[in-house]
Amino acid sequence: MIEIEVVRQRKKFSIEVKNSLEHAGITTLFGPSGSGKSTLIELIAGLLKPDSGRIVVDGRVLFDHAARVDLRPEQRRLGLVFQDARLFPHLSVRANLVFGMRRQRPQDRRLAFDDVVDLLGIARLLTRRPSQLSGGERQRVAIGRALLASPDLLLMDEPLASLDQPRKNEILPFIRRLPDELAMPVIYVSHALEEVIRLSDRVVVLSEGKVRASGPVEDVLSRPDLAPLTGRFWAGAVIDAEVAGGDAAFSLTELRFAGGTLLVPRLDHPTGTRVRVRVRSRDISIGLAPPVQSSVLNAISARVVSITDDDIAQADVVLDAHGTRLLARITRRSVAHLRLEPGSEVYAMIKAASVDRPSIQATGTTDLCPPETQDD
Amino acid sequence: MFSLTPVELEALGLSLKVGLWAVVGSLPLGLFVAWLLARCRFPGHGMLNAIVHLPLVLPPVVVGYVLLLVLGRNGVLGAPLHEWLGWSFAFTWQGAAIASAVVAFPLLVRSIRLSLELVDRRLETAARTLGAGRMDVFWNITVPLVLPGIVTGAVLAFARSIGEFGATITFVSNIPGITQTLPLALYTAVQTPGGDAIALRLVIISCILAFGALAASEILSRHVRRRILGHGA
Repeated sequence: MIEIEVVRQRKKFSIEVKNSLEHAGITTLFGPSGSGKSTLIELIAGLLKPDSGRIVVDGRVLFDHAARVDLRPEQRRLGLVFQDARLFPHLSVRANLVFGMRRQRPQDRRLAFDDVVDLLGIARLLTRRPSQLSGGERQRVAIGRALLASPDLLLMDEPLASLDQPRKNEILPFIRRLPDELAMPVIYVSHALEEVIRLSDRVVVLSEGKVRASGPVEDVLSRPDLAPLTGRFWAGAVIDAEVAGGDAAFSLTELRFAGGTLLVPRLDHPTGTRVRVRVRSRDISIGLAPPVQSSVLNAISARVVSITDDDIAQADVVLDAHGTRLLARITRRSVAHLRLEPGSEVYAMIKAASVDRPSIQATGTTDLCPPETQDD
Repeated sequence: MFSLTPVELEALGLSLKVGLWAVVGSLPLGLFVAWLLARCRFPGHGMLNAIVHLPLVLPPVVVGYVLLLVLGRNGVLGAPLHEWLGWSFAFTWQGAAIASAVVAFPLLVRSIRLSLELVDRRLETAARTLGAGRMDVFWNITVPLVLPGIVTGAVLAFARSIGEFGATITFVSNIPGITQTLPLALYTAVQTPGGDAIALRLVIISCILAFGALAASEILSRHVRRRILGHGA
């Protein structure tokens, strides 16, 4: 477990967080700029000192105000990857990589140099200087450098924020593999929802220095009350599904999830691949019966959980489809016309064409490697 | 052929010896003071800064005289040092090196300090999170990154030492073979009737030495920069 209980109050910015996280997988700290994500990371890493509180990682007390424990950053055994790679310009890539490793006792080194270098695909860069690397390569070397110090936990502070989309796509799969292949838990800071969906197992939503929500990605992102934080455009639900088959004639792929099946435009993933599908609330309409003579391909039977109508014309309807949460944004007029209320049995209708490829991300281990990108 | 007389050779050798010792001896203190000024905020910060820069604005003769009062045979520190350790600075080449070091110190500190202020401290933070303690970070990250500033400062200080005149002649006098560096030898030659030819030769030697130092500094700093940035810059 990672127990974080910190208070730090300053005139400009105050943060007060109390949260327990699993010491496994990838946890994202998500929130708008200025919400305290980076501050929280610096507090955990020991670069800032909390006014009070306690930080424990996997049973190891890093900070305890009451017991006067405050380990120095170099004693905390936490890896930190920054937005700017911060490679040491006077050292070669190899020397950068072993900088942290050499400062660990041999018996404390959990990861082998060659394994990390292979995983990150940086073997051919070892003799270069940081100034001779592209942005994506630099960030991969920075990740390798942090890993090779064999930390108990890897903290990543918006490591992709300064990279363009192709570079992000190049690095995201590597990060996704860390928990499984190297048994390295990750806390990942991001303000990009796409990264949260592609990477994380759990998400902690921060706003104004406080935790607003925390839990599995599917649950947290499906909550309509968090839409102001996750963004109106993005408001919707996340469905964990598996590729079940396809309709080659019409170039469609069938996905199976707890609540039924979902037809989407053809994916290249093989059958059995785990995928995460984001369905925007605007793309779900609600009917009391399955559609007849309609273009809509997906009708999922569900029950209305709650209706939020804080908007003048529109309402957010939370649906439960056999355990999977869906979020539909419809007009208040429709709510009244269909006489919707909590408990109503309905059909959630999703246009297959509305689920575009960027909203579907493979999360399993079978199809994580994008084609090798050359960038030098 | 241009061959050197024993007197010229002696003056040249003494100048090089005094300059090198002045720089090498003051480098550790210079690095420490530059670090204090660049990184620490403490009461007396401005005072320390002023004291370090004083030799830059004071007439060198004043510096020499103060050194005589402090480190001379009857000086505040000079007397006990002579009595207990047998050290003597007045009228010795070591004294000349100290006079040069004091006069050149501001140049050394300034250059290192400017370089220190340009170091990206986030790199030091990164090193801390990788398990390096403060001293470890200082020697393995900070010092290599300020090496260009150290080299520049050392070359400037060496050049200033070679040209030192006022403080040296006041503190250790002008004794051929012991404290008579190139500028002092030149001064003697100019003062001697019919010494014009000797003076001219000393001027030429000084010019060659100056060019040599400049060329060496250029080559050295280019080498250091290449090592740090990893390419010709």
